[in-house]
Amino acid sequence: MIPRYQKYLFTFLLVASVLMGVGLWQLRERAHQRMLAGEDSSPTSAPQVAAAEQATLLVASDDDSSLLTQTHSLPLPEDPGARARAVLGKLLDLYAAPNAAHPVPGGGNSVTQVFLLPAPQPGASASDKPKFGAPQSTPQTGPQLAVVNLTGSFAASHPSGIETETLTILSICGTLHANLPNVTQVRFLVNGVERATLAGHADLTRTYMAADAVPAEGTHP
Amino acid sequence: MRWTNWVLTALVAGGLAGVQSVAQQPSAAPQPRFVVVLDAAHGGDDTGGRLGSQYEKNFTLALSVRLRSLLAARGIQVVTTRESDATVEPNRRAEIANHAQAQACLILHASESGSGLHLYTSSLTPAQPTRFVAWKTAQAAWVTRSLALAGVLNSNLLHSGISVTLGRTTLPGLDSMTCPEVAVEIAPERGSSHKNSGLDSKDYQSRVVSALASALVEWRTEATQP
Repeated sequence: MIPRYQKYLFTFLLVASVLMGVGLWQLRERAHQRMLAGEDSSPTSAPQVAAAEQATLLVASDDDSSLLTQTHSLPLPEDPGARARAVLGKLLDLYAAPNAAHPVPGGGNSVTQVFLLPAPQPGASASDKPKFGAPQSTPQTGPQLAVVNLTGSFAASHPSGIETETLTILSICGTLHANLPNVTQVRFLVNGVERATLAGHADLTRTYMAADAVPAEGTHP
Repeated sequence: MRWTNWVLTALVAGGLAGVQSVAQQPSAAPQPRFVVVLDAAHGGDDTGGRLGSQYEKNFTLALSVRLRSLLAARGIQVVTTRESDATVEPNRRAEIANHAQAQACLILHASESGSGLHLYTSSLTPAQPTRFVAWKTAQAAWVTRSLALAGVLNSNLLHSGISVTLGRTTLPGLDSMTCPEVAVEIAPERGSSHKNSGLDSKDYQSRVVSALASALVEWRTEATQP
């Protein structure tokens, strides 16, 4: 036999719970309305169209295992990181084109990001190493390390072989150095993480010296 | 006291016999040891690239076995990093090569890209040999000898009518080997009309293996010269 006072207490608590639930729902709706009212979705600034500039690309050729310097006109953003991504995108577009001398599927979208960081100096301690997330737009005058983040699909579809993988790596390093002379070192990530090799051969765990990748025109790297 | 005389006599006789056996050894200097390491790239889970109907790991293993037989027939001691379809880590391959103290290390690869043979040496800057070397840059003290070995391979391959591309690269394990080393990548023979041989061409494979063996014999002659 349940005492009467417990029945009243249970009924009171049940009614109070329902009322509080309704109150919370109304408060949530009001907050949502306030957020929508405060959000201004109208465009505040016109999109900028970068002016076309001359970009120097070091284009690989499987025929004679060489890197050839080519000049292309393409819109280049002001931001150095975006600029690096744009020139590498053009380079990989050339490789993805039909009848390319160095055929590699993927195209320009295979470069997800290019991070530009102060290059670690020899003998620098671990605490002196640059951290990811440093502002890319900050003009850097000293030597820089470019971290190129490639897509997993690019690495998976890249032809396998020492020559073809080495040419891809060196052409990327050389192109970066030709357009951003401050870039002296290059590292590679695939989907944001370190990967042992590009497609089973070329080592992606090391830091590449960008200047070493720029050979005399038409010579083998 | 008689037993002590017997012991003394036996010791003196044994000593004389030892001296005699030393004296009877030939006076000529022993042949210098010449060892070649053949590293068939990939293996096991690491299949390497796809070469038509087969994987690169099988092609390199078959080539390694073939080259080993040819070198053994020429009296060259051969150490291989793998004899079956087994996974061998890059550092383990370098350990095997370094333990062998070889005079030449060939890392065998194959690819459908490019043409002819690609000879790659380490991209490390040459350095003077030191007593203690860093594992990841151990090859630096051997780069000069590796370039010389690549030159000998190049001349022998060209003599056999095989086109060659020379280059520098970085492969996992390559920079840790302490021997004159060259990564040999075999690609299909393209170019002139009468030279279009795929990787499965027995004639092409024979020419490549023979040229590599001849080059190593020549390298042995250079290495053993005083």
